[in-house]
Amino acid sequence: MNGEDRFNTDYFFAGLFGCFILLSHLLGWSVGQKMGLNFYEFSLKMIVLVPVIFIYIGILDVWVPKELIQKHIGEESGIKGVFYVVLLAFFQGGPLYVAFPLAHLLWKKGCSIRNVFVYIGTFSALKVPMFMFETSFLGWKFALLRAAISLPVFLLVAEVMTKSVRNRELPLTKM
Amino acid sequence: MDTYILIAVALVVIISAIADRSKTWTGAKRGLAMLRSFLPKLLLLVVLVSIFLGVISKGTLAHLLGQGSGLQGVLIAAGIGSVTFIPVPIAFPMAEMLLEDGVGYSVLAVFITTMLMVGIVSFPVEREYFGTYATVLRNLLSFAGALLVGTIMGVLL
Repeated sequence: MNGEDRFNTDYFFAGLFGCFILLSHLLGWSVGQKMGLNFYEFSLKMIVLVPVIFIYIGILDVWVPKELIQKHIGEESGIKGVFYVVLLAFFQGGPLYVAFPLAHLLWKKGCSIRNVFVYIGTFSALKVPMFMFETSFLGWKFALLRAAISLPVFLLVAEVMTKSVRNRELPLTKM
Repeated sequence: MDTYILIAVALVVIISAIADRSKTWTGAKRGLAMLRSFLPKLLLLVVLVSIFLGVISKGTLAHLLGQGSGLQGVLIAAGIGSVTFIPVPIAFPMAEMLLEDGVGYSVLAVFITTMLMVGIVSFPVEREYFGTYATVLRNLLSFAGALLVGTIMGVLL
């Protein structure tokens, strides 16, 4: 991986953004000020949450044995494995961007490719905390129906992903 | 929701430390090391979201979603949902508001599903873990999947 290269681009872009915000404050551009405020609020929310979630990932990494993951949600796990993965993601909390490191951890531990993408799908769109929100605002009928239709669609997406990703070199060994 | 996560992780850490303190320490350090490689991507994500929410307000989003109906409305919703990254506690009240304004179920379902599953903004983060190929493919498939979900919901509700 060209880690070094991309490292710099990210910080460079963030630096440009910082300059823009600074300039906006000096010249009184309201759009830029609003972006700055968004950035501040969003960062404040993550500054505690994200490190905590990563500590959780690290602890899972040392405790969960590879054999366990391989056996229950690995390549040979079949429909039962899919069921476990859906349950696992269902009761997980947290924003989508932590689904990726979590899914990557599962993958590293021997979870099948299909189940990795079932996990990401379920995590992103069907988590329990989100479901509660959805029910209270849009009604249980809407929420249940969306869940019931989404799940098979996610399985289909995972199936196609498995087929097309299997023979490709993916950055699996990164962590 | 955040408090619930913090409490849950605190419990995990405590139980882990009781079982084996040095292993817990190793795990925590490993987690923070992973965080270090995640950080630049996360920074990029926060910058993109801040720009997005700065340019497009809640009102604008609601206006755009409320405009079209039928196939056109669904496609607009899918497009907006794909580039949007709204925290759940804001997204669902907004969806309810749209529903009351007469926006159809299929438009709403497509908007919610694409918003949750297709991530233009989280693209750098996802690519960091799964590579460009898998990331592009997953987002494209999810986009198509969301359209399917919305269409079925529109027929059923």
